[in-house]
Amino acid sequence: MTEMVTVKGLNKVYESTGRRVEAIGDITFAVARGEFACIVGPSGAGKTTLLKCLAGLLAPTAGEVRIDGTPVTGPPPGMAVVFQEYGRSLFPWKTVRQNIDLPLRQKKLPRDRREKLVTESLAAVGLADAGDSYSWQLSGGMQQRVAIARAIAYEPQVLLMDEPFAAVDAQTRADLEDLVRSLWRSLGITTLFVTHDIDEAVYLGERVLVLSASPTHVLDDVRIGLPADRDQVTSRSTPEFAALRARVHRGIQDAKAGRRGTGAAA
Amino acid sequence: MSLLRRTLLALGLPAALVALWWVTSAGSTSYYFPPLPEILDQFGRLWLSSRFTADVVPSMLRLLAGFTVSAVLGVALGVALGLTDALRRGAEPVLEFVRAVPPTVLVPVIAIVAGIGDGSKTLVIVSGCVWPVLLNTVEGVRAADEVMVDTCRVYGVHGTARLRHLVLPAAAPQIAAGLRQSLSIGLILMVIGEMFAATNGLGFSIVQFQRTFAIPQMWSGIILLGLIGFVLSALFTVVEKRALRWYLGLRESQRRNG
Repeated sequence: MTEMVTVKGLNKVYESTGRRVEAIGDITFAVARGEFACIVGPSGAGKTTLLKCLAGLLAPTAGEVRIDGTPVTGPPPGMAVVFQEYGRSLFPWKTVRQNIDLPLRQKKLPRDRREKLVTESLAAVGLADAGDSYSWQLSGGMQQRVAIARAIAYEPQVLLMDEPFAAVDAQTRADLEDLVRSLWRSLGITTLFVTHDIDEAVYLGERVLVLSASPTHVLDDVRIGLPADRDQVTSRSTPEFAALRARVHRGIQDAKAGRRGTGAAA
Repeated sequence: MSLLRRTLLALGLPAALVALWWVTSAGSTSYYFPPLPEILDQFGRLWLSSRFTADVVPSMLRLLAGFTVSAVLGVALGVALGLTDALRRGAEPVLEFVRAVPPTVLVPVIAIVAGIGDGSKTLVIVSGCVWPVLLNTVEGVRAADEVMVDTCRVYGVHGTARLRHLVLPAAAPQIAAGLRQSLSIGLILMVIGEMFAATNGLGFSIVQFQRTFAIPQMWSGIILLGLIGFVLSALFTVVEKRALRWYLGLRESQRRNG
């Protein structure tokens, strides 16, 4: 498999007057083309900083990020991001369709192609009839579906998701997890999913990267050997799931306690 | 029923005040406070006739021109300053100073520099109207949501597209608030500009009436000014509600969901 995302020696230091905070110590990992990787870490682990560096929204202090071999110096063209704050990521002055259409217009796609992509992506997230609504007329879960539709309509090489379901209720969250999983299976987009929820990470990913507390490094790299076809009830109650969950959980506990993990890859 | 109630509520106080004015001024012999029917009689004779085109229309055109120039100038400068921190920091002290100078004292200065024509009258209006638009635009642009800014960057929305799809709409509610302030300032400055070295217009007429002791006529002009202000503000509200429907809806839904 070829590598789609490579992160090498990434380090990020925030410096303000008299204060120096090392958010990311030293992160190195690679994600293969078409892989679904979850990044999990304790709160304050610099997960959002890492994601912003990956997205080209933040310049790292040292090290580099490459997407499909090209170093990231600004937001790379083939990348879509789904933010946690769906309410602040969708433009309230635009309808759902217009929100999804805007990035496509920037890509200078012809009108009929754009319309097709918007319609298909809305259907894919189960919102075929909501196109003419404004985002604030929709529930939180539906708004996040719109943000996901916007991301997949963009036809990215890499999809980044920053704790996208942290602000929705449990049932909606389960539905959205299954949606993301099935979209990944049908589209095969390389996906990096940042979360603080261990169960979510194990359930969604083919692989889970466990981050330490700040200054962050990668503690563990767990390959999730669960079958591709996953189900909220049965998958979560298998012994394999429990074992993987326990392994990631221990890693996080160690991270909180400040112990350095073995860092051994699975 | 509720519409009827609302209409009655809205009209109740004005009707009562007019009635009060009518009753208390009836049979008044005071030179400066003539009976209301006499004022209304003059109102019909003056403003619903040739004076409308001779004085009211020129005044309104000046206000419209001044308001439009202020809006365009204020938004354009405001966006530039709001987007460029260095520019804003450099310009801020000067802006605060210029803004603090009451535009009314500039009227004679502007007359000397720009003459006494329509251009000069418009300039007087701009000198006061541009500030609320400018400062509100700067604030509105600077307050653009960080996540939306990141979203634009991720999806390649930059340059004029960013201006059109993010910066201006995000600042629109605040820009509208600035425009509303400007509108009332504009009306005041329109009158003041016309009171000084003018040959027509509402402000000119009212001053003429005062100087010639045509008191009922003067009162009728004051009433007309009040009505114009009221109508302009109502028109503005209609346009604002249409243009910012998304904003009102968003606020409403945020209120509902706490």
